Amino acid sequence: MAAPKTLFEKVWEQHVVAEPAGEPPILYIDLQLVHEVTSPQAFEGLRLAGRKLRRPDRHIATVDHNVPTTSAQDRLVIADQIAAAQVNALRKNCAEFGVEFFDVQDRSQGIVHMIGPELGATKPGMTIVCGDSHTSTHGAFGALAFGIGTSEVEHVMATQTLSQPKPKTFRITVDGELPFGVTAKDIILAIIGEIGTDGATGYAVEYAGSAIRALSMEGRMTICNMSIEAGARAGMIAPDETTFAYLKGRRFSPQGTAWDEAVAQWKTLPTDEGATFDRELHIDATELAPGVTWGTSPGMYANIDGTVPTLNDAKTEADKKSFARAYEYMDLKPGTPMSDIKVDAVFVGSCTNGRIEDLRAAADIVKGQHIATTVRAMVVPGSQAVKRQAEEEGLDTIFKSAGFEWREPGCSMCLGMNPDILSPGERCASTSNRNFEGRQGRGGRTHLVSPEMAAAAAIAGHFTDVRKWKQ
Amino acid sequence: MEPINVLTSTAVPLPLPNIDTDQIIPKQFLKRIERTGYGDFLFYDWRYNLDSPAKEPNPDFVLNKPEYKGSQILIAEKNFGCGSSREHAAWAINQYGFRAVIAPTFADIFFSNAGKNGIILVRLSEDDVKTLLDRSTKNSKHEITINLEAQTVTDNEGFSAHFDIDPFRKYCLINGLDDIGLTLRHVADLDKFEAKHDKEFWSAPKGAM
Ligand code: SF4
Repeated sequence: MAAPKTLFEKVWEQHVVAEPAGEPPILYIDLQLVHEVTSPQAFEGLRLAGRKLRRPDRHIATVDHNVPTTSAQDRLVIADQIAAAQVNALRKNCAEFGVEFFDVQDRSQGIVHMIGPELGATKPGMTIVCGDSHTSTHGAFGALAFGIGTSEVEHVMATQTLSQPKPKTFRITVDGELPFGVTAKDIILAIIGEIGTDGATGYAVEYAGSAIRALSMEGRMTICNMSIEAGARAGMIAPDETTFAYLKGRRFSPQGTAWDEAVAQWKTLPTDEGATFDRELHIDATELAPGVTWGTSPGMYANIDGTVPTLNDAKTEADKKSFARAYEYMDLKPGTPMSDIKVDAVFVGSCTNGRIEDLRAAADIVKGQHIATTVRAMVVPGSQAVKRQAEEEGLDTIFKSAGFEWREPGCSMCLGMNPDILSPGERCASTSNRNFEGRQGRGGRTHLVSPEMAAAAAIAGHFTDVRKWKQ
Repeated sequence: MEPINVLTSTAVPLPLPNIDTDQIIPKQFLKRIERTGYGDFLFYDWRYNLDSPAKEPNPDFVLNKPEYKGSQILIAEKNFGCGSSREHAAWAINQYGFRAVIAPTFADIFFSNAGKNGIILVRLSEDDVKTLLDRSTKNSKHEITINLEAQTVTDNEGFSAHFDIDPFRKYCLINGLDDIGLTLRHVADLDKFEAKHDKEFWSAPKGAM
């Protein structure tokens, strides 16, 4: 009998093209997702070397990072000339190299990590890359998906492969029922808080356990999305009935008998009984609480009923130094109760939490209420599909009457490459994934939270325990 | 990619952990479609006084201290290059004039990006890094030699350490090799693999192909 294997090993082995002696293995890439920011230099590289795209049919492109989210008109004519040039470069490159492109006004446009799954392009057992670190999102489907740099984007364009050292394996098992008010976002924030922002460097992580199985695809994507914030390039979850139900009938999903065969194949992917991992971690879901990051690294995390940690809580000398710097940047004193922290801005969106379920959860909190007078708040759906669905359900009306702005799809204030930014000193409750210094605008202060927690903070004007809020 | 083997230079100390790629090069410079010209934007928010209209250099930031001008080695603490996958971070470091970074650990994606741009990343123990950081902080003339062939780091004050590097990465750095060309040596294997793999429609991105 063959030795038991992990999900990661199965997908990896099915994609090894060659294992040249003394070199990393050459891995076949099933799908490359392309966006405007990390692709122009790669296309230019191909052009300079006189190379073609080996498999245009294994590429999909869209615009997300740079596009304004204010109105459909602002997106067609982008005022920022440098941003407009970048979007135009992608248009031109896709036409020249034969890549299917979902432009700003397309029904399928959205953040690159939203549209892969929505189109059914992301599927179990695939290898997927993109010039963006949050490519780990697609691992929620049991794909091996990871972010790469622009030289590697060009490499995949030219060869449909990557020369890739094999990562080690790490299983994180989350068992038990999630308490009321605790979400997928809180699971992943707690994991990062536990292992640190470099805790999974060099590993492909598999998330397992009953709490993960119980999550919707949206929740699973939130978890895999932030794997990179723990240092892991890839996070994976075994495909199951939830995965198949999500994929069935999507534009690029197999149809008819091909569908049945595909499902039969996907069912062979989950980790075999008895397979071993290089590292294991167990988390008890029943002990988790809604979380808020307090500092400038996603690992600087506290429960909502906790306080900003003190220097004594820092585990190492290096952490002490980061804590001290973070207190100053965030303008917070150690020991401050998290629920005393006031917010000026609220952002609901991004490839972490810009999906329909996230918007429903946030709308549920704000329904019939109004945001605090001191707060500006916006909802930016992650994709055109999410925006349409939300509008059909009337969520836009709920948000607008509560005082939120309702925007066009894109990355928006997740990284503030477009005009959506924080002013120096502004404090934001954000459903995105990074709270680095200046991430949402120079001098801006970001606290990462779930959509529920962001919505509640918008109404209260400060962080508040959503468990009490709902009861 | 420019071949590199032995590098001797003074070093710039940046004694902070978790320096993320948003700090190395802020997002506003990611809108450019060129591959060059990023050196001036390295550590932009730390390097310039952005509150003033003239945006003059911040005299307290180490890169702006005249005694550290021309250094080709950067030293930092653990998890250097974490966060966003932007290769612009490697371009900025390279185009500013750094050829090597020394730290206890590096984030994965930054690690591959640096390699593709001929930057030597040297992993040393936390203690060794601290020694070098202290010496470079006290003395801007503190000179470090990185020998890729021998895999050693030495300095002009008696420091000496061995570092590990993947043999293939070392070979590419020393010979300045283009990765795409290397992979294309295996195009026969690739054609064969692809012909079979294309029939496995379950992993075709756009439905059955
Ligand atoms: S939403 Fe944020 S994290 Fe996601 S792809 Fe866009 S910028 Fe990156």
